Amino acid sequence: MKKYQYWLILVALIIILVIVPKPLEISPTASVIVTILLGLALIWVLVLTIRGHLIGRRVVFLFIGASLALPFFMNFEMPFKISPEVKTLYDALAKLPPGSKVLAAFDYDPPSAPELQPQADAFMAYAFKHDLKVIIMGLWPQGPQQADMAVAKALRQPEIRAKNLRYGVDYVNLGFQSGNEFVIQRMGTSFSGMFPRDIYNTDYNKIPILNGVENFSNIDFVFNLSSGYPGTVEWVQIAVDRYGVKLGAGNTAVQAPSVYPYLSSRRLTGLAGGMSGAWQFELATQEPGKASTYVLPQTFSHTVVIAFIIIGNAALIVGYRRSKRGEA
Amino acid sequence: MKREIPLIITFVAGVAFVLQYFIPHYPFNRFNDIFSDWFAIVGAFAIWLGALSLIKLCLLNISKKSHDWPISLLMIISFLSIVIAGAIDGFHGLNTVPTTSFRDPGTNFDWLYQNIYTPLSSTMFAILAFFVASASYRAFRARNTAATLLLLSAFFVMIGRVPLGDYLSGWLPERMQFSQWANWLMAFPNTAGQRAVMIGIALGTVSTSLRIILGIERSHLEG
Amino acid sequence: MDGAVIGIWLAALLTLGIMSFVYRDNLYYKICEAIFIGISAGYWFITFFWDSLYRIAWIGIVHEGRYVLLGGVILGAMMLMRLFGKIGWIARWPLAFIVGATAGLKMMVYFTTNAMAQIHDTVYDTVTAFSGGDLYNLIGRLVILLGTVTGLIYFYFSKEHKGIFGGVAKVGTWFLMITFGASFGYTVMSRMSLLLGRIEFLLTDWLKLVK
Repeated sequence: MKKYQYWLILVALIIILVIVPKPLEISPTASVIVTILLGLALIWVLVLTIRGHLIGRRVVFLFIGASLALPFFMNFEMPFKISPEVKTLYDALAKLPPGSKVLAAFDYDPPSAPELQPQADAFMAYAFKHDLKVIIMGLWPQGPQQADMAVAKALRQPEIRAKNLRYGVDYVNLGFQSGNEFVIQRMGTSFSGMFPRDIYNTDYNKIPILNGVENFSNIDFVFNLSSGYPGTVEWVQIAVDRYGVKLGAGNTAVQAPSVYPYLSSRRLTGLAGGMSGAWQFELATQEPGKASTYVLPQTFSHTVVIAFIIIGNAALIVGYRRSKRGEA
Repeated sequence: MKREIPLIITFVAGVAFVLQYFIPHYPFNRFNDIFSDWFAIVGAFAIWLGALSLIKLCLLNISKKSHDWPISLLMIISFLSIVIAGAIDGFHGLNTVPTTSFRDPGTNFDWLYQNIYTPLSSTMFAILAFFVASASYRAFRARNTAATLLLLSAFFVMIGRVPLGDYLSGWLPERMQFSQWANWLMAFPNTAGQRAVMIGIALGTVSTSLRIILGIERSHLEG
Repeated sequence: MDGAVIGIWLAALLTLGIMSFVYRDNLYYKICEAIFIGISAGYWFITFFWDSLYRIAWIGIVHEGRYVLLGGVILGAMMLMRLFGKIGWIARWPLAFIVGATAGLKMMVYFTTNAMAQIHDTVYDTVTAFSGGDLYNLIGRLVILLGTVTGLIYFYFSKEHKGIFGGVAKVGTWFLMITFGASFGYTVMSRMSLLLGRIEFLLTDWLKLVK
């Protein structure tokens, strides 16, 4: 980078911080114009590529950055449908009577939070509003901390605040435990063996919500938010197949396709996969949150990636025809 | 001593977990409980080993004044800052009434987690988006049937999982819209392929595990 | 400036530092990377201390008198011997325990859930679909049966993929390609979501451009 480029970045930053009005919002007409401009830029890339000039990777990066950032300022309505797997997950939750004990396993870390935190927020708010007793734990050390954020967010809602929910009575955070699937295995015989105390160092036996909770047979539903190992696969293998637990899951999009065989065989009761699963889950639980605001940028970015694949292949086809003509 | 005892330990631990699966009664269930507790503790020490190895390496770099020793120093400072914050917050939490957790909002540990750990770890994975897009443009070519199927499948999933798909195919009957294509593709052909992979991996895992338990596979004891 | 504002600025600068790698490798990125490695190692170190070593080992042994847990502590301490060159071989004992226990448990759960149960479900669901009266489901179940069987045949390498066997294996590769395509589509969704999270942080929390 040259010296003047650093200065340009600094000046742009100062303009954004000082001059640009906050929050910045553009009208529907301007949104359409920006979209058309983005489309025209992609056509320009198509023409260049067909002519045999592959654009630089930094230009591709710029397109991705723009497709993710610009929609935040736009005004488009994007209605979406709930997929069968998210519907099944919601139905399983909706069937739980008030007072049911739900084990919420938070097996993810901050990198996966954009996909899973909205699901965690929606689940927690739904559970509290419907008087479900939530027992939180994590097989990832960051999980319980992410759970705390979801709990705090839910408790800020006036309807939930009015319920005067109490820690230890209506919900509890057992924290993280090392041992991966061995933790699940041990919980099959005794929860307190793996979690002798909660995150506040309170004895397991002195926590009211845990009265009578010895192992999985005392749990009505397990909701697992997972972004890899250990996660949903291990919960299915041990908690579901061995101890007969009913399990619903929210997965990162990278992991979601690999758990479909479990879904197909009903070992997994519903699945919210990735960002699309997150906004569908928010819609199903009627807890609109962050995921719903991500719909538009996500749509734009998918469109740009699809466009790049089409452009790359159009160049291949044109090149193939040219070489055939050359041979003739 | 260096090889035989580890082989015996591997065998005993492996067989204990196999037996408790078939006979979940005393004494095998007891073995399950004890070994699971041990596993959690040893797992924690293994993480410590990893962290301490990193620090050892950094200290070596600094003592040798390697060309990147300031980076090693920065690593140690970062390491110590969160360890000390977590230790102080943890011990403080044990002595307050009611007790608090080192993870609670407002602790130094939580501040470091929210403002340093979270942005760094999140962005590290986030930048992969740029490279995925670049690969889509430069590398994904429908050169044969298999590659074409891969691209078509990716297309239907990408367009069907965002509202744009149904917006574009809204004029079609509902069962023919892009979201339904994506649903069908995920529920059936994807499940079929994943199941084949799953069964294949499972059989591989069983055979490898058996080799380890019986001491035929010993590579973990080398080094 | 309060801690929250400093925190947001720090988080923004670190985010931009990692993102600068997209332009090219540079010192700013290297500094952020070093902080990331150090802080991650420290995070895991201290959380495993409080959640596992203190909560299970310390409380179990000192407060509850479960001396059987000493076995785990001794094995764990042996693991740390790896740090010392000459007696590093002692770490093989706890490693053997971890590998053995994992092999024992994995063998059973993979065999029952990922092999036997999947085979059972493939056959059972196809058979029941015939009596279900739902054509959409029946076609889908037949697709699963076909894809699973042909996919497994593709993974069978003890026989050369020629003739009918090779043809069936080829169908298997098509199913696998569709699967990989779906996985790629989902990977794109995932990666975009993660970047979306960071961009949203920069625009909302830092620059306050978005409500």
